[in-house]
Amino acid sequence: MNIAWQTSVGKALSNRSFFIGLIITGAIALAALVSFVWTPYPVGAFDIAGKLKPPSATHWLGTDHFGRDILSMIMIGSRNSIAVAFISVAIGAGIGVPLGLWGAASGSFVDEVLVRFNDLVFAFPALLSAVMITAVFGPGTINAIVAIGIFNIPVFARVARAAALSLWPREFVIAASAVGKSTARITLDHILPNVAPLLIVQGTIQFSLGILAEAGLSYVGLGSQPPMPSWGRMLFEAQTMISIAPHMALFPGLAIVITVLGLNLLGDGLRDVLDPKFE
Amino acid sequence: MKFWKLALASAAIAWLSSTVSLAAKTALVLGIVLEPPHLDPTAGAAAAIDEIVYANIFEGLTRIGPKGDVLPALAESWTKSDDGKVYTFKLHRDVKFHDGTSFGADDVKFSLDRARDGKSTNAQKGLFAAIDKVEIVDPLTVKVSLKQPSGDFLYNMGWGDAVIVAPESAELNKQTPIGTGPFRFDSWAKGSQIVIAKNPVYWGTPALLDKATFRVIPDPAAATAALLAGDVQAFPVFPSYETIPQFQADPRFKVVIGTTEGETVLGMNNKKPPFDNLKVRQAIAHAIDRKTLIDGAMFGLGTPIGSFFPPHHPSYVDLTSETNYDPQLAKKLLAEAGHADGFKTTLKLPPPTYARRGGEIIAAELREIGIEAEIIPVEWAQWLDQVFKNRDYDLTIVSHTEPNDLNIFARDDDYYFNYDNLAFKELVKQIDAVSDGSKRTELYKQAQKVLANDVPAAFLFQLPKTGIWDAKVEGLWENGPIQANDLTAVK
Amino acid sequence: MLSYFAKRTMIGILTLLAASIIVFAVLEVVPGDPARLMLGMNATDDAVRALQEQMGLNQPLLLRYLSWLGGLLGGDLGRSYTYSVPVFDLITERVAVSLPLALASLAMSTLIAIPVGMFTASNRGKLSDTATMGIAQIGVAIPSFWFALLLVYVFAVTLRLLPAGGFPGWNAGLGAGLKSLILPSIALALPQAAILARITRSALLDVLGEDYIRTARAKGLSKRQILYRHALRNALIPVLTILGLQFAFLLAGTIIIENVFYLPGLGRLVFQAITQRDLIVVEGVVMLLVATVIIVNLLVDLSYAIVDPRLRSQQ
Repeated sequence: MNIAWQTSVGKALSNRSFFIGLIITGAIALAALVSFVWTPYPVGAFDIAGKLKPPSATHWLGTDHFGRDILSMIMIGSRNSIAVAFISVAIGAGIGVPLGLWGAASGSFVDEVLVRFNDLVFAFPALLSAVMITAVFGPGTINAIVAIGIFNIPVFARVARAAALSLWPREFVIAASAVGKSTARITLDHILPNVAPLLIVQGTIQFSLGILAEAGLSYVGLGSQPPMPSWGRMLFEAQTMISIAPHMALFPGLAIVITVLGLNLLGDGLRDVLDPKFE
Repeated sequence: MKFWKLALASAAIAWLSSTVSLAAKTALVLGIVLEPPHLDPTAGAAAAIDEIVYANIFEGLTRIGPKGDVLPALAESWTKSDDGKVYTFKLHRDVKFHDGTSFGADDVKFSLDRARDGKSTNAQKGLFAAIDKVEIVDPLTVKVSLKQPSGDFLYNMGWGDAVIVAPESAELNKQTPIGTGPFRFDSWAKGSQIVIAKNPVYWGTPALLDKATFRVIPDPAAATAALLAGDVQAFPVFPSYETIPQFQADPRFKVVIGTTEGETVLGMNNKKPPFDNLKVRQAIAHAIDRKTLIDGAMFGLGTPIGSFFPPHHPSYVDLTSETNYDPQLAKKLLAEAGHADGFKTTLKLPPPTYARRGGEIIAAELREIGIEAEIIPVEWAQWLDQVFKNRDYDLTIVSHTEPNDLNIFARDDDYYFNYDNLAFKELVKQIDAVSDGSKRTELYKQAQKVLANDVPAAFLFQLPKTGIWDAKVEGLWENGPIQANDLTAVK
Repeated sequence: MLSYFAKRTMIGILTLLAASIIVFAVLEVVPGDPARLMLGMNATDDAVRALQEQMGLNQPLLLRYLSWLGGLLGGDLGRSYTYSVPVFDLITERVAVSLPLALASLAMSTLIAIPVGMFTASNRGKLSDTATMGIAQIGVAIPSFWFALLLVYVFAVTLRLLPAGGFPGWNAGLGAGLKSLILPSIALALPQAAILARITRSALLDVLGEDYIRTARAKGLSKRQILYRHALRNALIPVLTILGLQFAFLLAGTIIIENVFYLPGLGRLVFQAITQRDLIVVEGVVMLLVATVIIVNLLVDLSYAIVDPRLRSQQ
């Protein structure tokens, strides 16, 4: 399972999935960065007279029910999607990985408790829990992050635990233990580096799931709030106008599909490169 | 293949349990947006309850007519004592409740006393506040004594919350409403539809329809499709303003844009700085362009208002010019109030479209004069808790849909606006005590002006009643003086 | 075997109990008073208090929890605050919509995914494989609610073939009822089918690489025979596992799809109940969903244990 990182980079770039995924993801990230300094139109100003215009030379993707430029909205909305997905992955990995590694290292009781805790969280339909969380704290970006982040914890804990468990009986770990290294030391020096590739792959998958989850939450009105544009809420607003302005529903959805597709390809490629099982 | 078996089984059960329909000659399917929580109008504030039961299943002593006028109902006539404190109601003869029990003075006394009782869960207890005692004179005569004269008393008795119920069935009305009206309750499939059927032994003019189905369709897209497909023949309050032009262009449908009692306002917390400053409130009012708001949030439907009074009322005065759209003036007023650089505040928005969309537009307009209003969407439960009860808010948007509700700005508890104006309270007391027409009109006009100048809230627009129905359907109300779908004359 | 079964069941019950405490506690701190909500803006304080008393909301938290739990053990889920009917009845009415929906989409996704998985696995590396898997890759990335919107636009708004939403009730006839479930179940099924097809394909490829397949091939069985007779049966184990997991996923999926199509199912019930602060209904539905997930997981675990006796001693 030890990976020579240098050869991996070359291998990665020659992997088709990885390459396409990288380009798509890069383009989305670039659009998000550009939106900080420039968008075709400002999204704060409403132009009620120019509302619901279909795509044209002036507004490439048309305008919404307040006359705002949809392309600009999508560009700025990407920031929101990326930020929510990224932070919730960070929360999930930041808490889940140490828990999983600890469970694997300590075994018995602690491990059992962790596994049961995981089962408990998994037993709640994620969306339902998100609804309850937002019912308590009110809708908003931060609560969306928390709701998605909580469900990333058991995912990372499971992956880290399973991988670590398979490593503990390996010779190099037993050897380290024989020379008197502490459990914590072994975990940091030997287990974590070998678990890392799997976690990176899982992180990419959770990132793309996070984009979908954020879109779903804002679609039902529980994500970030106006005036901050968000892809899910754009779709919600498009729903009642679908018979008069279908373009409002089409483009934000495409943005979600393309982003998630890019991340999934990236994840697939990474797995091919990093995880020998799939070679 | 399990699914088909299951679907077949459940459908078979549904067929068996559904009442055998007797090939109804005249049936109507109406679309409603919100499903009522239950069907007892004396134990809940939801407009959806009245939209089904009012005048169809339940009747009161009086009733509100299509123009907002007070008409006789279970009381065929009444007399008022000279001091205005005692009303004597003469009741209709041979009236029976749907379960066969007979209606009489004892039911009236029971219903009014029940509504006033300490344990009562009536949502509009204020309607009965003036009542001192209710006495049975004979089986068809009831005497109601008031604590003080009330010009609104007969009107109040016409509300859905004041309908007459029978002691035998009152506690079960939530699920199986038993009234005296031209229709009786038939069935309720939770989440999908409520059916009412003609009462064959109605005491008054019988209904023309044999059956009416209220189908719950909350989704605008689904509502549009249901009308177009003919699944629903009428949508008395159509939920999607944006698709109305489509129906206006279609000769199969009649589109009726009527009025409602819904004054839509940007409520401000009058005791909380900086909104305790009149200039700040005026600045906010001048920063809002009602036309943009109505075009943007309501797709052009809705009448601008400049005070808290419905434009279709005979005593209405147009005061919109008092707070016309003038961002320069708004900025100047803000500077005079010591907020030349604007300030940060919050805007709590309940779920309806008018509030959510309107809120986005108002927030953008306030930004133009330097006020950063953070939008906080809330559910009704949170709105009632935070804004209404605890007054923990800065700005909010709500449509006040109760009729005759000018007095909310004169409440002893200052209502959620925290607006405390003794002179206005005095004025409303006078209005309440006066039943003479012309004097009342004069006082109403005065009251409207006080509110327009004081800006306890920014007055936005009157909510429209957007009715769409099959061109062949007749007799549905065009306006919404109360939230009801009176089907008595519908054919 | 029996003790293993007992242990797993015990853990399932404890998980449910923990879930019930969490749900009760979370809902306790939700702001908003159901009584005030029902009576609206003009209600007087004593009317609200009277209603609270009727609903039993004035009792202390612990007492309410225990009496609710006690009722639960006796099969009584309590009475809805808003509808004032037994929660159990409400749930059964809604299950009549949600269950057909979930099963239909599960059936649909399986019926699409397994043939597609088999087809691509047997054509590995060919253009048809790459193209189909490319489509599946896109399918995985499509949010079901957006797909639902597109379906509505095409089939309801433009072609006017199917209802855009709402549910006429099974009383309105089997045809009408099924018609309004077509679009929702497709919207739910296709993204699931994409995931399942990918898993079927890779499971089949794994099996095809095993020794006994090579043996079978050496014995002269055709590729097709091998695929049907050996590979599929063995690949079904991982596929069924994922299907079990997907069932839980589908339950959550129905929540959002029911909201897109305004179907009176469990998902909409729970959404409505939360906004109406009908907390006892929320508790009932959440417990039902959590119990379903736990039971499905339990069944999956048990079937493993039956297939593979080694697992029993390990656990």
